[in-house]
Amino acid sequence: MAKNQVGAGPFARRPDNSAFKQQRLPAWSPSLTPHTVLSVFYGLSLICVLLGIWLLITVQNTYQLKVDYTNGSCKKCFEMRKYPANATKNCICTANFKVPKAFLGDVFFYYGLINFHQNLRRYMDSRDDAQLVGRKKSLKFPSTYCKPFAYDENGLPIAPCGAVANSKFNDSFRLVYHQLDGPAVTVPLHRRGITWYTDKNIKFHNPPTNTTLQEAFQGTAQPLYWQRPVYDLDPEDPNNNGFINDDLIVWMREAAFPNFKKLYGILNRAHALFSHGLPAGNYSIIITYNFPVQYFQGKKEVVVSTVTWFGGQNYFLPIAYLVSSGMTFIAAIVLTVIHVKVGRDGKNMEE
Amino acid sequence: MSFFGLDCVKKKEKETERKIRANDREHNLSFKYATNAIKTSKYNVLTFLPLNLFEQFQRIANAYFLCLLVLQVIPAISSLSWFTTVVPLALVLSITAVKDAIDDLVTLCLSSSHPLSPSLAVSFTLALCFCLSLCCPLGEVCCEPPNNRLDRFVGTLVWRGQKHPLDNHCVLLRGCTLRNTDWCFGLVLFAGPETKLMQNCGKSSFKRTSIDRLMNVLVLFIFGFLVFMCIILAVGHGIWEHYEGTKVMAFVPQQNEDTAFSSFLTFWSYIIILNTVVPISLYVSMEVIRLGNSYYINWDRLMFHTGSGTAAEARTTTLNEELGQIRYVFSDKTGTLTQNIMCFHKCSINGKDMMMVDFSFNSLADPRFQFYDNNLLEAVKLETLEVHSFFRLLAICHTVMAEEKNNGLYLVYQAQSPDEGALVTAARNFGFVFRLRTPESVCVVEMGVPRTYELLAILDFNNVRKRMSVIVRSPEGKLALYCKGADTIIYKRLHESCSKLMEVTTEHLNEFAGEGLRTLVLAYKDLDEEYFSEWKQRHHQASTALEGREDKLNQLYEEIEKDLLLIGATAIEDKLQDGVSQTIEQLAKADIKIWVLTGDKQETAENIGYSCNLLREEMDDIFIVAADSPEEVRQELRCVEWCEAYERDVQVTERWHGTEIKGLLILGIIFAYALEGSMELEFLRTACMCKTVICCRVTPMQKAQVVELVKKYKQAVTLAIGDGANDVSMIKAAHIGVGISGQEGMQAVLSSDFSFAQFRYLQRLLLVHGRWSYLRMCKFLRYFFYKNFTFTFVHFWFAFFCGFSAQTVYDETFIALYNLMYTALPVLGMGLFDQDVSDGWSLEYPQLYEPGQRSLYFSKGAFIKCALHSCYSSLVLFFVPYAAVRDSVSTDGHDIADHQSFALLTQTCLTVTVYLSYWTAVNHLFVWGSLGMYFLVTFTMQSDGLHRLYASSFPFVGTARNSLDQVTVWLTVLLTAVLCVLPVVVHRFLFMQLNPTINDKVRLKVHQMKAQPPPPRRRARIRRSSTRRSGYAFSHAYGYGDLVTSKRFLRRPVPSRSAGSTPAGRSAAFRPAGRSAGYSPSGQEQNPKQATEPTELQRYRAVHDATFCRQGVAPE
Repeated sequence: MAKNQVGAGPFARRPDNSAFKQQRLPAWSPSLTPHTVLSVFYGLSLICVLLGIWLLITVQNTYQLKVDYTNGSCKKCFEMRKYPANATKNCICTANFKVPKAFLGDVFFYYGLINFHQNLRRYMDSRDDAQLVGRKKSLKFPSTYCKPFAYDENGLPIAPCGAVANSKFNDSFRLVYHQLDGPAVTVPLHRRGITWYTDKNIKFHNPPTNTTLQEAFQGTAQPLYWQRPVYDLDPEDPNNNGFINDDLIVWMREAAFPNFKKLYGILNRAHALFSHGLPAGNYSIIITYNFPVQYFQGKKEVVVSTVTWFGGQNYFLPIAYLVSSGMTFIAAIVLTVIHVKVGRDGKNMEE
Repeated sequence: MSFFGLDCVKKKEKETERKIRANDREHNLSFKYATNAIKTSKYNVLTFLPLNLFEQFQRIANAYFLCLLVLQVIPAISSLSWFTTVVPLALVLSITAVKDAIDDLVTLCLSSSHPLSPSLAVSFTLALCFCLSLCCPLGEVCCEPPNNRLDRFVGTLVWRGQKHPLDNHCVLLRGCTLRNTDWCFGLVLFAGPETKLMQNCGKSSFKRTSIDRLMNVLVLFIFGFLVFMCIILAVGHGIWEHYEGTKVMAFVPQQNEDTAFSSFLTFWSYIIILNTVVPISLYVSMEVIRLGNSYYINWDRLMFHTGSGTAAEARTTTLNEELGQIRYVFSDKTGTLTQNIMCFHKCSINGKDMMMVDFSFNSLADPRFQFYDNNLLEAVKLETLEVHSFFRLLAICHTVMAEEKNNGLYLVYQAQSPDEGALVTAARNFGFVFRLRTPESVCVVEMGVPRTYELLAILDFNNVRKRMSVIVRSPEGKLALYCKGADTIIYKRLHESCSKLMEVTTEHLNEFAGEGLRTLVLAYKDLDEEYFSEWKQRHHQASTALEGREDKLNQLYEEIEKDLLLIGATAIEDKLQDGVSQTIEQLAKADIKIWVLTGDKQETAENIGYSCNLLREEMDDIFIVAADSPEEVRQELRCVEWCEAYERDVQVTERWHGTEIKGLLILGIIFAYALEGSMELEFLRTACMCKTVICCRVTPMQKAQVVELVKKYKQAVTLAIGDGANDVSMIKAAHIGVGISGQEGMQAVLSSDFSFAQFRYLQRLLLVHGRWSYLRMCKFLRYFFYKNFTFTFVHFWFAFFCGFSAQTVYDETFIALYNLMYTALPVLGMGLFDQDVSDGWSLEYPQLYEPGQRSLYFSKGAFIKCALHSCYSSLVLFFVPYAAVRDSVSTDGHDIADHQSFALLTQTCLTVTVYLSYWTAVNHLFVWGSLGMYFLVTFTMQSDGLHRLYASSFPFVGTARNSLDQVTVWLTVLLTAVLCVLPVVVHRFLFMQLNPTINDKVRLKVHQMKAQPPPPRRRARIRRSSTRRSGYAFSHAYGYGDLVTSKRFLRRPVPSRSAGSTPAGRSAAFRPAGRSAGYSPSGQEQNPKQATEPTELQRYRAVHDATFCRQGVAPE
């Protein structure tokens, strides 16, 4: 409403002469003139094609290798895992593969799962972040979201609770390099530092304790499908146990799609053999085969990959940029033709 | 308020008679009548929250969200945390509550700010009785219980054993203004909610815009679509569960084995997830935008009238965009197109034409008077006989009342018609000052000499007579009849000796009329004493006759008004308001049809039509439909139509011009027939073929009927503009009612949706504010639907990857804040600041208005287009990030296809795309500000601190930090933005090149003339027709003759022969102020605009008086 100043003549109620009230605020209104539009199109097309080529070259210099070990050489273990009764039995198998060309630079080892829906709502909800951050209370009384993986049959609270933790991937790998003229060497892997810093240091905490970790988890049960309790996940490194176990943290970051891979380890290039990366040659993976995938007709694989400045080996972006560039260019040409044929004489623009 | 209602009902059942004793408080208190307190506000501090919440949840949208909230609390269904709905709902409710509270406060202020502005005329007879009853407490009034009939009052005053009848003339209604007196005695009969005014406070009809109606349809459609999508997904879930779901049972907590039941639950889960297609903030955003655009109207300096110091006011804040879609404007004439200020412009005295200019009715004070014709002044000074009798006639022959202020130093005339006022003022300025009137005399100061004329008779004006006469006896004792009237009428009654003078005067009259002036012929006649006394006797007999009084009187008048001697003629200019013709031309260019509905006569209407450019010379045919019987009306209408059709066939080439070039004049009499069911359509078809329609002699009720008719059959948006009480019905009937504030009472303004001081502001209201409002609202809606559909459809695509498990793509905080925070500013910025072209260009090209009339910017088609666009965008926004991260890892080797990173990536893509896709003209500040805010809020929401506080509520900790430093993420964002925006640009550009809209053309022009202001506005030339003949003078129906002679209005004793006969003491006299007075409760047919049948008048009153309900407290 207009300002009602009392008294003072006919101008008293005259509205203020501000740019805002008189709607004279500067507004940037780009108009689609042929000049700007066409130059933007040609420009974008050029940018996209350059980006696309650059990305393509980069991607082509990366290496990636996938070894499916679900069945094949691990058929024995695959059959064994069909029956829950064998769950406690160990099964070790070996998968061989060949690296045709040396993987230069940092090399990453992943395990991949196919057709495993980590993104189902009930599955994703079935975790207790408060517990994972080390809250004592949540340790004793897990969130109801964890049901039916909140308490074991004895009524003990499960730590970590929920379906996500329960289904933690529990295969383990040892990568062996078969030198042409020498003994087989185990490829050294960093099994630590495979998580986000924030996850390791903020999102996941062990429950506070003055004594041992085991004591901290006193009164809790291990998840049903687990073979080891949470405080003893990594027998080699006592600091990698409990909720801050790297493999657990990696697993707890649920994948968005049913086919996914998760980081398992990073090549330790301190070893002289592997200082440049992974040399070409024959390799085998010795797998402790625990994770059953036949229930959901899934597949397991090991992925070995190098990365580039923009990420892993993904041909989508370069190709998408090249295609976009092409389409933009075609559109630009069509628009130019139309503009020259129809628009330029301004006949349409006459009132 | 409901308590009040109940109370009233109960009382009405009990109360059959009301008894009030003067000055007897105890007695009166015993009845427990209502006190004078009126509560117009809805809430108080305590009741606000519960009442307001209750009201808000009655709105279907809010109730729907409440249901959603309930669904979300059910764990089996809940696919989203409760806060995703609670946060927006709470915000929306609180914004609406604040708005309601402000509205309520404004109402409260309003009711105290215009306490007594509208004026009602009340005649008063028993002032004396009241006066005396004050002294003794014996006076007792018995009257009817409170009711809402303003035209009727029944009661008796018992005083000293005598019964005095009390009727409508004896009561002052709440909201009246006393005039001509400084004080009066009174007795309060009804107070507070029982006053007739408050009893009349009906709820005025709730107006909605066509966009509102369209939205209702669309929202239903969206609901349907939502259910459809959810059914698809539920079925998908069923299938997935059947084939896949059972296999992952080992890993996933399976709560129910029954696939069908699980699908059913999924259906509801998806309803919750996809509910963003009907966003909660839509309605509140629309209201905010409308409110903002209303404030722009209030703030517009170019719609501020300096003369009256009034700014334009948007009284209804919910109709703005409708202003951009008007197709029919119904305008009142007097006070709306014209100023209702008459100027005595020219005169012809005894065959000589004189000219005077700027003799405005307002310039009462002598110093401001200017003369242009020295001859005239000379003639006055020279005491030319004809000139003197000319002005003497003007000073005597009228029904104006004079009021002296400051001991006679300052003279105020109160004229019932502005014409009369102008004439009397003219005479005054030439030295014939009308000083005073009593029922029997008129006191005039002639060239400084006071003379008192004995007023013997007033032969009053009416429509048939078209003249008025007075018979006076001069101080010298000479009897004379002075007459003024329409030329055609007077000429028939002139003496033969005047024939030569008649010819000359006729020439002058033609000349005057050609200039669009209102003319009047003056004549006089000396009377024979004997003849007159005999006539007077017969007159007395006739006026007391019970049967055929009118006819008898008319005969007598006819008899005495003959053999008149011509004195001269006057020409009065009915001044058009500034810029009226130009405005009309502009509106016509914008393809807005203007119908003038006036109570005036045909000639007046026609003249005004020409002078304000409605009718033009090039309209070779102006049809005048004036018939007496239904058959004739039908025939005439058919004729117009037929001629039209004929012409169209003949001049196929000129069809474009041929179809709409006609003007049509319709007389009100035929409305009675035309508005009868059978002929409605015929009338409308004919009228709509014409470029201009002027309806004259229309009653207020008919005005509303015409508007209703057009609304009903043309499905067009209508606007009615008027200033007086008689326009209220029309203003209320039309989609948009505009009141002209200033001159007349407040009735029109109070019932209007928008008000301003001058007709010419209408073009700014429509072509600038209306167009912008419409454009903004449409763009806003398109943008809003686009962003929400895009947002929602991504979930739909994701469903195919997550086993239809109702998993969301985005972070829950993002879902909660998307509409409220991230995208609120850009959409509001668009709704409040968008301008396709500046106001100057909008006025320069009125054609820009046409898309609005045809609802081109937002319709069902536009909505579907918008949905398809969203569908495409959502496909891009889901599948490009999907493909980009699916098999990829970050530069440090971590996989980036985890759900949280993907969510962040998708929502970033979405946000950027949404910001960029409607980048036109939205202020940079909003886009970049929102983008900045998005990242800021995202980082905050995913910060360590919040996670430490509520670990389970903020699980996204660190995602932004870890994802947004990835090149892949930014490459993906860029790609999605390009893929989403470019096709839109191509589409727009192609259309601009191949089939440019008027908007594109103007924008191109603006671009070409960048940094140059639009060319100066072309001033429309005001065309005067040279052949028009205006034969009218009195535009109004009945004069004040009755009142003048009735002794009722008397003010004080007059030093004249008749002094003894006037009652001593002061009595209150009330002057009807302005035209609104025409509807005084007195029930007299003194409607100055036109005579209407009493029944209709009453019906009408009941409507328009409802507008007083916000008025302040006054005794009744």
